[in-house]
Amino acid sequence: MKALVAVKRVVDYNIEVRVKADNTGVETANVKFSMNPFDEIAVEEAVRLKEAGKVSEVVVVSVGPAQAQDTLRTALAMGADRAILVQTDAEIQPLAVAKVLKAIVAKESPELVLLGKQAVDDDANQTGQMLAALLGWAQGTYAAKLTIDGNAATVVRELDDGVETVSLKLPAIVTAALRLNEPRYASLPNIMKAKKKPLETVTPDALGVDVAPRLVTLKVEPPAKRKGGVKVADVAELVAKLKNEAKVI
Amino acid sequence: MSNVLVIAEQNNAVLAGGTLNTIAAAAQLAKAAGGSVDVLIAGEGVKAAADAAAKIEGVAKVLLADAPAYAHGLAEPLAALVAGVAKNYAGVLVAATTFGKNVAPRVAALLDVQQISEITGIVSADTFVRPFYAGNAMATVQSKDPIKVVTVRATAFDPVKAEGGSAAVEALAPAADPALSTFVGQELVKSERPDLGAARVVVAGGRGMGSAENFKLIEALADKLGGAVGATRAAVDAEYCAHEIQVGQTGKIIAPELYIAAGISGAIQHTAGVKDSKVIVAINKDEEATIFQIADYGLVGDAIKILPELIDALGK
Repeated sequence: MKALVAVKRVVDYNIEVRVKADNTGVETANVKFSMNPFDEIAVEEAVRLKEAGKVSEVVVVSVGPAQAQDTLRTALAMGADRAILVQTDAEIQPLAVAKVLKAIVAKESPELVLLGKQAVDDDANQTGQMLAALLGWAQGTYAAKLTIDGNAATVVRELDDGVETVSLKLPAIVTAALRLNEPRYASLPNIMKAKKKPLETVTPDALGVDVAPRLVTLKVEPPAKRKGGVKVADVAELVAKLKNEAKVI
Repeated sequence: MSNVLVIAEQNNAVLAGGTLNTIAAAAQLAKAAGGSVDVLIAGEGVKAAADAAAKIEGVAKVLLADAPAYAHGLAEPLAALVAGVAKNYAGVLVAATTFGKNVAPRVAALLDVQQISEITGIVSADTFVRPFYAGNAMATVQSKDPIKVVTVRATAFDPVKAEGGSAAVEALAPAADPALSTFVGQELVKSERPDLGAARVVVAGGRGMGSAENFKLIEALADKLGGAVGATRAAVDAEYCAHEIQVGQTGKIIAPELYIAAGISGAIQHTAGVKDSKVIVAINKDEEATIFQIADYGLVGDAIKILPELIDALGK
């Protein structure tokens, strides 16, 4: 069984982005980019399934600019077998990504598609669910545990108030939550090997997918800033402030 | 089609926290669009939830879909149901909980519309404000789609009143069940403490608490104040506490009246989830910790020593 993993190149999660002075977006020039952390977890899970003999081939796909090749090479170094870049410099919103991925699924016929539960740039948390809808497949979002057994996948899902277990008919979509696994660091030999693994480039046009954005960003602003307050000397002063000044206890 | 539909989450026929806030957002959108607010209750044996929804202030109509396929809130049958009725509406809103975030994009894709995630403001019938980059930027976005499928950050909207309405409850025939997934089981966290998302006071601990044993001090202070317990990702990863109480970009977003951060350094992924709290107290032994930049009251010191003192002081 083949697994497809979708990965996104995003501003590194450790970087605190700044809003551009003209309010058109955030500053991304000269900023470090990395693989979306949840997508890394999705790649790791696919590679582990291959190591366990449940998956025969791991194909990674990304939709984005030429530099997303680096992201795909990272996935190849982690153990994916080959990569597909759907190259575009345009702004691609989740519905468009889902449509592109649907076209890739039609070509590749995977039985399992893994994605991160959300990207840490747009925080949309949509693409996996949308792809599942477009394909008419089952979805197992926010996976904390994934077991493949015959033609079903069992997913333990993280909920706001606990966990639930669902059984999905394959083919299915699974989106990775934080605690599905701990992604490996690629070793130097594997990074070298990854450079020789196949990486195919296509365009949304060639796939026949309309990726025009449906949401227009009118402006981007920094969030309302909280003013730093005062330091208190000890517990007694803190309790007094909370009682008499803030009046919250 | 200027009306707005709210998908209400319910559990054992009780409406979930955040429903009243989502209906408040829906009322704003319906006002801008010139329509009214309907509520969809889908589940099995959930007449009581539908009756409760009918009493909510400002609700015009309640649609009740009662069928086994909806018993566990599985996204596949529920999205099929919602997509079937959505064409009668200008907007479909659901709270940005794990329930809402699971089902809404599936609905949006079935309708071929681009969802607007986790809105914190409504500018007009087609324009919304939403945070991205963990809340480090706020985008004002305009939708070109005919139906707005939206998830709502509950803490950004004041709840409507649970009483005062008298909406009609209308039965909605179930949609064909795609039968793609089955519910196996669930383990919900039972807590005597108030719900983290709705608590007036939240006490949270980070890696600085040092151990699961020390983390109990967080719980003790929360109990003293009648509050809920929260945690950072680092504390969850270190297994001081359960994942359900993680607060931040990928965990829960909270806005209590009083938020006490103990042993928390203040990573942006965490502060993204708490910075709308009314009063923030930070206790950290590192006086340079970034959490102090957003705290109203900062106390420099070891939380493990300070928390017992604080619990004592409050006991007096």
